[in-house]
Formats: sequence, structure tokens, C-alpha cells
Amino acid sequence: MATEVSQSQTRAPQPGIDVPGWLRKNLFSTWYNSLISIVLLVIVFQVVTGFFQWAFTTEGWIAAASNGRLILVGRYPAAELWRPQLALALVGLLLGLSGGVWRGIAQALTIGFAGMMLVLTALWTQLPPANPPAPLTTELVLVGIAVLVGGAYAAGRAGGERLRWPIIAGWFLAYPTIILILQGFGGTTVPTNLWGGLMLTMLLAVSGIVLSFPLGVLLALGRRSNLPVVKFFCVVYIELIRGVPLITVLFMAQLMLPLFLPSEVRIDAVVRAVVAVTLFSAAYLAENVRGGLQSIPKGQVEAARALGLNVVKTTLLITLPQALKAVIPVLVGQFISLFKDTSLVAIIGLLDLLGVARAINTQPEWLGFPGGVWRETFFVVAVIYWIFSFTMSRSSRQIEANLNRGAR
Amino acid sequence: MSDSSEDIIVCENVSKWFGDFRALHDVSIRVKKGEVVVVCGPSGSGKSTFIRTINRLEEHQQGRIIVDGIEMSNDIRNIDAIRREVGMVFQQFNLFPHLTVLQNVTLAPVWVRKKTRKESEQRALELLERVGIVEQALKFPGQLSGGQQQRVAIARVLAMDPRIILFDEPTSALDPEMVKEVLDVMKTLASEGITMICVTHEMGFAREVADRVVFMDRGQIVEEGTPEHFFTNPRHERTKLFLSQIL
Repeated sequence: MATEVSQSQTRAPQPGIDVPGWLRKNLFSTWYNSLISIVLLVIVFQVVTGFFQWAFTTEGWIAAASNGRLILVGRYPAAELWRPQLALALVGLLLGLSGGVWRGIAQALTIGFAGMMLVLTALWTQLPPANPPAPLTTELVLVGIAVLVGGAYAAGRAGGERLRWPIIAGWFLAYPTIILILQGFGGTTVPTNLWGGLMLTMLLAVSGIVLSFPLGVLLALGRRSNLPVVKFFCVVYIELIRGVPLITVLFMAQLMLPLFLPSEVRIDAVVRAVVAVTLFSAAYLAENVRGGLQSIPKGQVEAARALGLNVVKTTLLITLPQALKAVIPVLVGQFISLFKDTSLVAIIGLLDLLGVARAINTQPEWLGFPGGVWRETFFVVAVIYWIFSFTMSRSSRQIEANLNRGAR
Repeated sequence: MSDSSEDIIVCENVSKWFGDFRALHDVSIRVKKGEVVVVCGPSGSGKSTFIRTINRLEEHQQGRIIVDGIEMSNDIRNIDAIRREVGMVFQQFNLFPHLTVLQNVTLAPVWVRKKTRKESEQRALELLERVGIVEQALKFPGQLSGGQQQRVAIARVLAMDPRIILFDEPTSALDPEMVKEVLDVMKTLASEGITMICVTHEMGFAREVADRVVFMDRGQIVEEGTPEHFFTNPRHERTKLFLSQIL
């Protein structure tokens, strides 16, 4: 009995849940706090009820729903839809394997991916059947991918450690493979001006991230270099790009580049957008990475050099890993903003997620809707952007937590 | 200046400036193979700067430095060759915080000496055993006490099988109760015949272990001699003053 008492006293006292007390303390402590609370509560109530009234009574959702294909893949030809589906299956396969092998964050992403497939399936069953009817309905394909992800996850669990390097190699090969598949490898060529929707947004964002990261790191190292010429060019590049808005870089790539190049050289519009986004993002990444490099104490480099490691090995093994780890939150923030900034390509005529939303609004079917359908389509698109950005942000926190587990 | 083949470190009139400030003023010294030299002196006297010129963490602007038969020049290959033979232990340990203790110790053997990972790990565990922290091998430096970290730093240096080890105030950043564990490891090393140059304020260590004590002040070597001579019968006023302040 005595031990029980002493044990209970080792814990801090837990306050019970006291709703009136909490309200008084946090919302109505003084007369002006009470006034502010009441005014804010009224506003919040108005906004929330207004939103729900609109959300449950409007018929505009049909515009986004019946344009599901446009939102996901843009004007990609219906007969070639198996290509994006195959690409999606490939991503799902690799993700499932990764989730099984690494667990943790990869596992959470696997579950999220499979869940998204099932949600899409549920949405698709609500739609009128495709015309002409496809041999494999989209619902079946989506369920198939979800099953594939589950199978890959199980295989990853069973395979364990020895699958690590094959999976990493797989991810590296997946990118060019997916591009080839989408371009129409082994069949009808699908020109990139037909690529669109979420697919185009993802392609732009992933290409931008994958390409700008190494470029940004190189620029950051160049800016700290002892070679004056290298340093000069890196500084000029970084400051030049950081001094202009992304949209001007996009216009430059889209409209002015063709003027400078000989007329027989035609660079694909999507490629030009990727290049512009990459070059732009790299300048910002470089500054973030430089911040990380500067946070590494001088003693780290001295210790590495004293052990006989040369400059390259010191950078790759000692300074860069520590610097990148220190700036993970900033880097992911930069990637999220890159992902959202790809929406600017809608202005230069590409049908990305935002471009698709604008296209839907101008479709003649919805002209009869009072006030148009833009609220609904933009809301759907915003939710899609949010899902991906939020996923990235949560993943970065998880990665940080994992890296900090051992080292303090 | 006889018997020069025995000299593993030769410094002749080494001078160094930081801007207008002359940190080293014609420092000349010869260190024999296996000798333990303790360098002491007031702060700002150039002790650390001096030993850092021996592995080119600081560049000297005048004079000659020859380490293990290799003359220090601006040739990066010469510098790297010297650094492979000369280990350094720092005041702030400078362990790599993103690597485990074991990885800290195996890094240089694998990437500089091109040894296999397995071989390096085996040797690293032996060395960690020797400095008494083998059970911490899989922890990260941040999880260790200062004394333990400094012993890892010594193991990391030993893993390169250096002919010379430079100690730059190895116990100055340690809590008093941890100084002994590091000094004990250093004493063992001294008895094993590794050439050592230690910048330290541990006069007990100097008296017990050093073959020679060097006193520096204002970038110059003021006095040097055996510990017995140095502590009991210093010649210069500045040495006497310094000793009276720290003993």
C-alpha cells in the first residue's frame, strides 16, 4: 500500500478535463478577451456553415468528377492510357517493395499510395462508363495496382535487406523508364503537348527536384571554392536567378530561347519548362546548402585533412552529409514550393493541374451553372496540391526524427 | 646536429605571420624518432600554431620543415604523404558526429589506406579495446563523455598507424575527473615508442613522460631541456615566471 502511494507521487499531477474551467481560462478571462472570443466564434461559425452549405448543395462537383481523366493525365489519348497506368504501376511496385524493406516512412507512403488507389477506384465507379468501353476498365486497373502494391510490400518484407540495392537501382532506372513509356516507346508516339494534369505536375516537380538537387549542391560548393573563376560564376549565377521571379525564367525559356536558337533546333516545351524550373530552383537550393556548409565547425575539416583525406573525400564524407542533414527542413520546404510553383507553367500554355482546372471552367457543358464551376474545380485541385505538399512535409519530419535518433 | 638520420622532424627557422602579427619567430627544433616532446608556454605564445605547421594545418611562410624525410612544400601530394604519417589529437576532439565511434575510427583506413572494411573494423575494435571503450563502438560521439570522446579521437589517429602524433591541448576541454583517463592512454603510447609532440599544461605529465620540455613565448622557443632540468633549474626569467604561475 505504501509503495503504491509513493509510486503515484513520482508522476506529475494530471489535471482532469474541466471544460468550463478551460473555457474561462482560455477564452473568457477578461471582458475584452470575451468580446474577441465571441466575435471570432461568430465569424468562424458563419464561414464554416457557409462552406458546408455550399459544399453539400452545389452541383458543380460534377465538372471535376466527369473530368477525372483530364485532371489526372490531361489530354493524353484514351487509347494510350495504359501507358500512364503502367507508369503508375511501376511506381507502386517500387514503393511497395521499399515499404516492405525499409518500413517506417516508406511503409506509411505505401499505405497512403494504396489507399489513394482505392479512393480513386471508388470515385471512378461513380462515373459514366468510358466511351468506347476499354477492355480493362480504369477501376479494374486501379484495384490491380493497389493489389500489386500489397504484393510488392509482402515481397519486400520477405526479401529484407538483400533487396536494398536492387530497389535503389530500380528507383534510378524508373525515371527514364517512365519517360520512355509515356513518350510512346514501342508504339504510337505521344507528343508532350498532350501530357497534362497531375501527371505533368508530378513529372515537372520530380524532374525539377531530381535535377536541381545535384546542381544546387555543386553551386553551393562552387560558391565556397578557393578558385576565383568558379566562385565568381557561381555567385553571379545564384544572385542573377534569385533576383528574378520564376515566371520570367519560364517566359525566357518558352519565348526567348527559340529566338536565340537556330530555327531548325526545336526544344520540347515540357523540356524547356523542366530546364527553367531546375535552373531556378538550383539557385535557391545552393543558398540553402551553403547555409548548411557554413554551420559545420572548422575543426571537422581540420580533423579530416589531418587524417589524410583529400579535399574531395572530406567534402563527400564529412562536410556534405552533415550540412545536408542540417538543412533537410529547408530543402524539403524548397521542394514543396517547387512543386507548387510548377503551377506557373499554366501561364505559358502547358496543361498542368492548374491549367486543367482552368480548361474545365471554360468547357461549354458548365455554362448553364449559375456562377460557373470554378469554385468546385479549383477546390478539388487545391486539395490535390495539399495532399502532396502535406505528405512531403510529414515525410521530412519523419526523416529528421530518424536521423536524430542516434546522434545528438 | 649530429646523427641526423635519427631525426624524424626537423624544423629550421620556421616563421609564420597572421597578417601583420608574427606568430612564429624562427622556430628551430629537431625531434628524434620515439622522442616525447612537451611544448608549454603562456596562451598566445604560438604553441598550437607551431605544431599545426608540422601537418600543414597552418602554412609557414619562411623556413624548412622536414617530416619523416619528406620536405613540406606546396605540393599537395607531399602534404598528403606527411599527413598520412602524422596523426593529430585536438583540444575539441573533432570527432565526426554523423558517424558512429566505429565508423570514426575506420574512416581513414578505408578511404586513405584503402584497407578492406572488415580488416579496418577488426583493427578498430582492437584499438578501442586498448583505449578502454570497445563497448561504445556502435554509439555516436554525442552520446559519449568528453574523456571517452578524446580516447576515441586517439584510437582514430592510431588506426592510421602514424609514426608521429601531435597532441594539441588534448585535456584542456575535459572535466577534471576525465583528464586522468586520457593522460593514462597517452602515457601508454609514449612507452610504446611513438614519436609524440604534446602541447599541454599538464606539468605532471611532462615531468613523468617527456624526454624534453620546450618552453615557447611570443612565437619563439625560449628554453628547452630535460624535464628534470626544466622544472628544477630553469635559466630564463620568463620560464621562471611561467613556472611560478602554473605550478
